[in-house]
Amino acid sequence: MTQYLLSVIHAPGLPHLTEDEIQQSFVDTGAFNDEIVASGHFVFAGGLEPVTAASVVDNTQGANVITDGPYVETKEALGGFWVIEAADLDEARAIAARGSFACKNIVEVRPFQGVVELEGARA
Amino acid sequence: MTQYLLSVIHDWDALGDTTPEEMQEMFEATGRFNEEIEASGHWVFGGGLEHPSTATVVDGAKGANVVSDGPYLEAKEHLGGFWVIEAADLDEAIELGRRASAACARAVEVRPFQSE
Amino acid sequence: MTGSPSEPGPADLSARITEIVRTEHGRVVATLIRRLGDIDLAEDAAAEALLTALERWPGDGIPPNPGAWLTRTAGNKAIDRIRRESKRDAKHAEATMLMDAHQNDGPHEDTGPVTDDRLRLVFTCCHPALALDNRVALTLRLLGGLTVAEIANAFLVPETTMAQRITRSKQKIKAAKIPYRVPREEDLLTRLGGVMTVLYLIFNEGYLASSGTGVRVDLCTEAIRLTRQLTGLIEDPELGGLLALMLLTEARREARFVDGALVTLEHQDRSQWDPTLIDEGHTLVRRCLAINRPGPYQLQAAINAVHTDALDVSMTDWSQIVQLYDQLLVVQPSPVVELNRAVAVAELDGPEVALAITERLDLSTYHPWHVTRAELLRRLGRTGDATAAYDDALALVENQAERTHLLRRRDSL
Repeated sequence: MTQYLLSVIHAPGLPHLTEDEIQQSFVDTGAFNDEIVASGHFVFAGGLEPVTAASVVDNTQGANVITDGPYVETKEALGGFWVIEAADLDEARAIAARGSFACKNIVEVRPFQGVVELEGARA
Repeated sequence: MTQYLLSVIHDWDALGDTTPEEMQEMFEATGRFNEEIEASGHWVFGGGLEHPSTATVVDGAKGANVVSDGPYLEAKEHLGGFWVIEAADLDEAIELGRRASAACARAVEVRPFQSE
Repeated sequence: MTGSPSEPGPADLSARITEIVRTEHGRVVATLIRRLGDIDLAEDAAAEALLTALERWPGDGIPPNPGAWLTRTAGNKAIDRIRRESKRDAKHAEATMLMDAHQNDGPHEDTGPVTDDRLRLVFTCCHPALALDNRVALTLRLLGGLTVAEIANAFLVPETTMAQRITRSKQKIKAAKIPYRVPREEDLLTRLGGVMTVLYLIFNEGYLASSGTGVRVDLCTEAIRLTRQLTGLIEDPELGGLLALMLLTEARREARFVDGALVTLEHQDRSQWDPTLIDEGHTLVRRCLAINRPGPYQLQAAINAVHTDALDVSMTDWSQIVQLYDQLLVVQPSPVVELNRAVAVAELDGPEVALAITERLDLSTYHPWHVTRAELLRRLGRTGDATAAYDDALALVENQAERTHLLRRRDSL
């Protein structure tokens, strides 16, 4: 099994959703979460606060510089993501398509290199 | 407690500038950091990603399920990996970000998750 | 205040109320934020209390403890609002919880050495995860009690821009959970450094822009007020040094402009300097330096103290100034400090030595470097080079008073 990152990308130019459609997408996303938990694909999921709530910490030189804002300022932003476990890219893609339909956003699928396996972390 | 995303964003094409020794040192320091935050109870998830060119974009928003070769963003710098941690407030998250940044020798972005 | 010997007129009263609001706003808002756990709610409640004060005080007189009156009134307004709101239960529970938490506050609750709510607010407004411009805006709004329009006007940016900065900062504090507390002892000095940067930036913005237009809120006065309040809450020699530096700079304000032109230190009419501010500044400098932990603000204040000690420019103790710059270079090495040192060296060792130091510095985008070169070349009789240097400086200067001054200097060659 491989872990995949399914990033939800808030891109400009998507069709505007009505308040009802937004509420429906929350319900659908909740149902999708429940499904992938039940099927054993779910590892982690979370919705992020807007990029304006981000800070950058650069301690590479030991100077511990803290700055406001996202590291890269772009029109598109990561809105949240799932981490799932899938047999291969086809399975990951199929799950991503369901997630994308549920949350009404574009989803990017990208494999993890390796997974940090920590003693007890999954207990 | 709030969950925070500590993301490591870097220029993948510049990775060649890092010597194998430096790379090894980064891996070891990052491994130690992982163990520390697991022991202290801050660890939720962590992982390093494959090269951005391995990404696939799925647009199933309209039900049409359009798939294209990724990454979605043609940027110079991409997400290299991240941690999800749990912290009491931004000061604690920044402190963990500071240690993460020192360990992986990159700047780290600290961004909160929405609370349930 | 009713029955005081001289009844203040409405204009006096309104000025006094403005003064009280500026002084007390930070305290009122700071206390409410801790009790309510919500900056917006605290701000709105404080604004309502202020309106009530403006209605009542002219008739009833100013209460003996206006700060406590405002806090109490604002607290009541906030509770009224919580009760009115539909989300009353959740918010009310939160408010009650925070109030209870406060009542159970033991000394262990405060990780820092001081417990005044204004300190929590200072450190929250000046948190390093907020952009510097946003820290400045938030500090003036919440601690200084300035309106968004006043701050926007003071920084010459549109009101919507300023409103956005403040809203964005408040959203980030909430979403990212910037804690409302005084930093731990081991982080306090670093974080205090960040606060001082904000205060000094506010002061400098006022100082550099104070070309006598008179319509902008006085940022120098606000910076001094906030710094003075902070020195009452936290003891640190650098903070004292910063206040002294501001006071000694402010003391010379009247003498800095004549007929819309900048007057440099050596040509100022020293009888126009404010002796009260100078006295206070000198006392502070002595007290801080006695602690023997000199830092950049204390040393800059000390340099200003030497200048303001001289009744005439010819009585300036230049060797002491050079020594202080040497110390400053140790704690804060920078080409700008070297440039300022060169100006003092010119008085001690002559313009030729000073010019040699100046020429070595890579500061060609910094207009004072060109001005210094121009003045030194002028003294060496190199008129053509001096004219060119004044022109290079003028190409970088926008402030009208400074331009007038430089044009006069160039044309008098």
